[in-house]
Amino acid sequence: MLNLVANNSMVPEHDAVPGRITAGPSGRKPRRKLSRRNIIVYGTLIVVALYYLLPLYVMIATSLKGMPEIRVGNIFAPPLEITFEPWVKAWAEACTGLNCDGLSRGFWNSVRITVPSVIISIAVASVNGYALANWRFKGAELFFTILVVGAFIPYQVMIYPIVIVLREMGVYGTLTGLVIVHTIFGMPILTLLFRNYFAGLPEELFKAARVDGAGFWTIYFKIMLPMSLPIFVVAMILQVTGIWNDFLFGVVFTRPEYYPMTVQLNNIVNSVQGVKEYNVNMAATILTGAVPLVVYFVSGRLFVRGIAAGAVKG
Amino acid sequence: MTALTRGSGRPNQWLRNLNAKIASIPMILTAVVIFLGGTIWTVVYSFTNSKLLPRLSFVGLDQYERLWAAPRWIISIQNLAVYGFLSLIFSLVIGFVLAALMDQKIRFENTFRTIMLYPFALSFIVTGLVWQWLLNPQFGIQSIVRSLGWTSFSFDPLYDADIVIYGILIAALWQGTGLVMCLMLAGLRGIDEDIWKAARVDGIPMWKTYVLIIIPMMRGVFITTLVIIASGIVKVYDLVVAQTSGGPGIASEVPAKYVYDYMFQAQNLGQGFAASTMMLITVAIIIVPWAYLEFGGGRKRA
Amino acid sequence: MTSVSVRDLSLNFGAVTVLDRLNLDIDHGEFLVLLGSSGCGKSTLLNCIAGLLDVSDGQIFIKDRNVTWEEPKDRGIGMVFQSYALYPQMSVEKNLSFGLQVAKIPQAEIDKRVKRASEILQIQPLLKRKPSELSGGQRQRVAIGRALVRDVDVFLFDEPLSNLDAKLRSELRVEIKRLHQSLKNTMIYVTHDQIEALTLADRIAVMKSGVIQQLADPMTIYNAPENLFVAGFIGSPSMNFFRGEVEAKDSRSFVRVNDVAFDVTSYPARTRLHPGQKVVLGLRPEHVKVDEATESHEVHPATVDIEEPMGADNLLWLTLAGQSMSVRIAGQRRYPPGSTVRLSFDMAVASIFDAASENRL
Repeated sequence: MLNLVANNSMVPEHDAVPGRITAGPSGRKPRRKLSRRNIIVYGTLIVVALYYLLPLYVMIATSLKGMPEIRVGNIFAPPLEITFEPWVKAWAEACTGLNCDGLSRGFWNSVRITVPSVIISIAVASVNGYALANWRFKGAELFFTILVVGAFIPYQVMIYPIVIVLREMGVYGTLTGLVIVHTIFGMPILTLLFRNYFAGLPEELFKAARVDGAGFWTIYFKIMLPMSLPIFVVAMILQVTGIWNDFLFGVVFTRPEYYPMTVQLNNIVNSVQGVKEYNVNMAATILTGAVPLVVYFVSGRLFVRGIAAGAVKG
Repeated sequence: MTALTRGSGRPNQWLRNLNAKIASIPMILTAVVIFLGGTIWTVVYSFTNSKLLPRLSFVGLDQYERLWAAPRWIISIQNLAVYGFLSLIFSLVIGFVLAALMDQKIRFENTFRTIMLYPFALSFIVTGLVWQWLLNPQFGIQSIVRSLGWTSFSFDPLYDADIVIYGILIAALWQGTGLVMCLMLAGLRGIDEDIWKAARVDGIPMWKTYVLIIIPMMRGVFITTLVIIASGIVKVYDLVVAQTSGGPGIASEVPAKYVYDYMFQAQNLGQGFAASTMMLITVAIIIVPWAYLEFGGGRKRA
Repeated sequence: MTSVSVRDLSLNFGAVTVLDRLNLDIDHGEFLVLLGSSGCGKSTLLNCIAGLLDVSDGQIFIKDRNVTWEEPKDRGIGMVFQSYALYPQMSVEKNLSFGLQVAKIPQAEIDKRVKRASEILQIQPLLKRKPSELSGGQRQRVAIGRALVRDVDVFLFDEPLSNLDAKLRSELRVEIKRLHQSLKNTMIYVTHDQIEALTLADRIAVMKSGVIQQLADPMTIYNAPENLFVAGFIGSPSMNFFRGEVEAKDSRSFVRVNDVAFDVTSYPARTRLHPGQKVVLGLRPEHVKVDEATESHEVHPATVDIEEPMGADNLLWLTLAGQSMSVRIAGQRRYPPGSTVRLSFDMAVASIFDAASENRL
């Protein structure tokens, strides 16, 4: 009931509104911390979080138990006596059916596969994406379309022809061959990633560099590269986890002595001979998952950006 | 724009933009030789009776007839259908609900996100082995529930041919829903804040806003996610190998495993090629309509 | 002496023709503005002159040298972009010298040129900073500096002020004009802002759909637009248009629009107006007199619908001959809505266009 209608002149405040209206809502809206909505939201999220964390917990707990304790206890119980023996065994002694020197061999194989694959695939794809974004030539879009569509073709369709090509090149079964395969199959997503990123940079920057007389490589190294560190990190995360986690290419394209860690892990756990040592298996599983997990926890938001970029169309 | 590298003379059509062309050689080789050539090669050889080595002696549709007569292939396809359908539905629903919960301006959003997404960093092999252990009937979930007093409780998907595919589904959802949640969350965050304000002023209940306004607006995100999940489903291989090795018996076989086994173990290349061609057709059925909807209409510049 | 010359220039993107046999000669030291709304081809033309776009046909000469196939760097041009396009990872100094270093010019010469450019533009204190540490105005100044150090005859500006706020825009506008007066380079300046065009240009080329509609000095463009498009494009609020028919009576000419007959006898027509001819009469808001004593002009009554006081000016929207028109009067003269005013027109500064061809008569 504010009395402002009668005339246009200012109404002295104390006439109509004596100080503050004491009755009725005033000030900050009261908010209950434990509203029904909050209970539902946080309750659900916490239950879901537990579901996601459970396997990790069970993995770690099991890997720290001795076999007798596993046989009598339940898998959710925390270890009574912590032992690191399963870890040592998984790393250095576990048998894969062929030999018994544990996962360490697979780990180093994976390193020798991942490092060159990541570097080469990113180098090739970034230059390629740059050419596509800024130096379009006739037919480029056609090849690019084939490449991106090819990303959806099941690997199984192309595996055997690649075996033949690699055999002709004399690198079938070697690390070099596997690096080539990773470069090939990383190309669609990485090229898309870099093309979109470079195309998103202001085109005028590229034009300015051209007026300044810079050519293809000068613009790439002097202008584009320094501006693109985040996307290179994203690409690295994408590739390190992807290549480290690969199983199929490792099985198909390498000889047993070059098997990556995932293949070795599977051989250790799923080999039928002998007594199943669940604690060793879980230790081996954690060891194999450790590298991508570390990358994930360290890179955090960039990882999310990476997979989102990898997943969203161009 | 078309930009050219050239001297002052009349430009040579082939030397124009030479550096860009050189830089694109790996892409062109991959696209033409591997993706296009390799696919055609496999399809062509699927009509031959290649055994240990590829041979060009055509036998018509023989390989396909044998393929569709093989119980193992039929089971593989059935598994793929059940697994594919359920994991599509569950990933989309769970992913969206989680994203909607995460979008309520909650505290600890980063922590929750980190927890939900970490399985995605793990390989299918690791995922399969962990869930193999969790679903172990002797020590895992079944034995725990029984030890709590419910002695008749039975849940051992990895040893029960009828439900083994659900065991794999659980592991796959654990690994992949975090990604779907992230994609959906990005989609939700991309929606104009003013839409929410308008809905609030209009007095539309929150769930109705989601169903009637937000989800239709996220059509693009849903379709993209759908395509990503679907093309991942067809490729599913490592997970099965690690979790069940196709067992018990052949109850959890999938097409990708069928292809691998016939190509590299049974030394029956023709069967492998025919099976992989069927996989290609499956993917094409998913991709072609999507590509048509997405890129077929207006030819817009990216 | 022509500085830049464009001959029969055509550009197609696939089936779309952006520029069609365009001709343009720009004199040495001239400030030419390419004006038009977005998509009219003005930036495309500038990019062709710069060598950043390949032409489909035709030739481009800069300082009488055929540069149609030359690289941008070899054309003797400097360019300033709307988004500044400063290299973000380089300091201001590095931004200025980058092109010169690519061209392998001796360091002493580079230093000299950078020093001179930064003095002219008063950006010496900023030389060590990164572009991200500069304000919009400072960034654009550096961008101009990058063109300046190239020591070239032709400057190309691609909407250089469009990213700035109104105040900075008018400040830098003056600065660019001052720069042109002291350097006397040829400058080609693309904009969609008619104020920039009118204030800066020696000549304006008004473009639409890849065709130059009119090429003339600003006052001619404003006062004697060549066709209906140019007339409507230049001026804010736009010129008032009345569609009508020519009538002749007692050796006087009229344009009849509904119930109103405008006496256009004093209009300096290029060709005789024929009775019965369908025409469009164009009157600028500021060329209409309101309630002023007139000797020879006839007077038309009209009613004020809306009044928009803008400080210096006062804009009246009224209805005449059944259609809405705007009139600009001095700011202190106020007419509340509903008041009746008496309008008179100075036909010597009016424009008449043929209704069919839309060209000036």
